Amino acid sequence: MIDLVDVHKAFGANRVLTGVNLTLRKGRSMVIIGGSGTGKSVLLKCVLGLVQPDKGAISVDGTDVTNLRQGTPERDAFLARFGMLFQGSALFDSLPVWQNVAFRLLRGSLKKPRAEAREIAAEKLRRVGLSPDVADLFPAELSGGMQKRVGLARAIATEPEIIFFDEPTTGLDPIMAGVINDLIRGITSEMGSTAMTITHDMSSVRAIADEVAMLHDGMIQWTGPAGEMDNSGDPCVAQFISGRAEGPIETVR
Amino acid sequence: MNVLAIIGRAVLAMLAAVGRVTLFAADTVSHLGRPPYYPREFAQALVQIGYFSLPVVGLTTIFTGGALALQIYAGGARFSAEAVVPQIVAIGMVRELGPVLVGLMIAARVTSSIAAEIATMKVTEQIDALITLSTNPAKYLTLPRVLAATVVMPFLVGVGDIIGIMGGYLVGVERLGFNAGTYLRNTIDFLEPLDVVSSLTKAAVFGFLAALMGCYFGMRSGRGAQGVGRATKGAVVAASVLILAANFVLTELFFSA
Ligand SMILES: Nc1ncnc2c1ncn2[C@@H]1O[C@H](COP(=O)(O)OP(=O)(O)OP(=O)(O)O)[C@@H](O)[C@H]1O
Ligand SMILES: [Mg+2]
Repeated sequence: MIDLVDVHKAFGANRVLTGVNLTLRKGRSMVIIGGSGTGKSVLLKCVLGLVQPDKGAISVDGTDVTNLRQGTPERDAFLARFGMLFQGSALFDSLPVWQNVAFRLLRGSLKKPRAEAREIAAEKLRRVGLSPDVADLFPAELSGGMQKRVGLARAIATEPEIIFFDEPTTGLDPIMAGVINDLIRGITSEMGSTAMTITHDMSSVRAIADEVAMLHDGMIQWTGPAGEMDNSGDPCVAQFISGRAEGPIETVR
Repeated sequence: MNVLAIIGRAVLAMLAAVGRVTLFAADTVSHLGRPPYYPREFAQALVQIGYFSLPVVGLTTIFTGGALALQIYAGGARFSAEAVVPQIVAIGMVRELGPVLVGLMIAARVTSSIAAEIATMKVTEQIDALITLSTNPAKYLTLPRVLAATVVMPFLVGVGDIIGIMGGYLVGVERLGFNAGTYLRNTIDFLEPLDVVSSLTKAAVFGFLAALMGCYFGMRSGRGAQGVGRATKGAVVAASVLILAANFVLTELFFSA
């Protein structure tokens, strides 16, 4: 279970998160929606400890994770449970695709024989709709959408308990987006993983969300089951779903 | 009053920077004793920093050795001391010019590429990705590069010293009319073990500083292409200045007595 209580984060004068409260139960799939630049990516990074919140508490399964220091066994154990797809894919461009996907399997505590790691990488690439031919290419040789899917394969390679997806379908064609939506849905329903996904794509929200949370103005504006999203009664959510320019969400921000 | 405040602020900022670099260096070295290690990355860094720097080292030192021979011959002629060319070339190359010039070339070639690579990784969230994949950037990126540079620099400088002396020898024998055998004998008889030891010690220190600055500035890079550019520039300048300063301190330590 992931629990955020009154999380604040500012970059200089730019106050991004101003009191986020959010709870995600084990095995559930939550989608975070919200305008561009409202701090969705920052929120995920706060949970992972990549960004240090200014104030507030974040706990995973009851243990406070905001003060885990880099390099301690506790932090290593914490990170070992996570997978993360970055918005910009963040592939290691010095390594070929398969070594990116199998990164964790090639070193450290989860180390496997090279051939086996490669085998697993190929299998994960297949799951995100990439042929084995790309395994030996370098990230710079792939299209943006292909890079995104390699990033996705890397995030799920060790079948982590908790997976964060930052805009998994942005830049993909509708068919491939459908494949990825099914994949994310499958990961939570079959593997029982907990997932937190950021997306702007409403069809994606409907396909993968158990719960939806809307981030607006540095706070969670609305949260509830995906089924109630259309009748939320919240003007921000309604405007976001319909994509209207008029409404409480300003278009210049 | 205002002037004092400005000076005070600059001094404080400098002290803070020195403190940060020192902590960074101490943290890097501390990982030597704490697994996991990444031998593959270390081997790659050895090849990148060592092997691929050989051409640049050779070119730099052969021309310098040659020019040094010409200068000493011309300068020595003013007080009839042309004969000291082999000795002065040897001592100048081995004690000073070899380590310093190779150090500066490494700052240009290696520090810049380390800083640009790590800064780009930082800007494109690859460092964040490393952390989420349970890999400590200090162990995976910094330590292999710093260790490789420290280990391989004495070899580079050793090669540079020899090629520099050879440059002096070629000029001495071909242009200045020295007897080949005498030139070599004078060089070898004159050099003392301390000269070579100081040369290689300097090399190791300069290699450490060059790679450390590349990593330090890369890891602290600001955002965007501009951040990468600033990090690279800062790293090369800092490495060059530190190498020259360390050279002075080490020369003082080795030869002032
Ligand atoms: N490392 C950082 N340093 C300074 N400011 C930052 C940093 N990271 C994010 N920000 C700022 O925080 C705000 C929120 O950024 P974030 O990337 O979380 O937005 P987002 O909701 O993910 O938007 P998008 O949907 O476009 O990805 C932005 O104003 C951004 O400029
Ligand atoms: Mg984002």
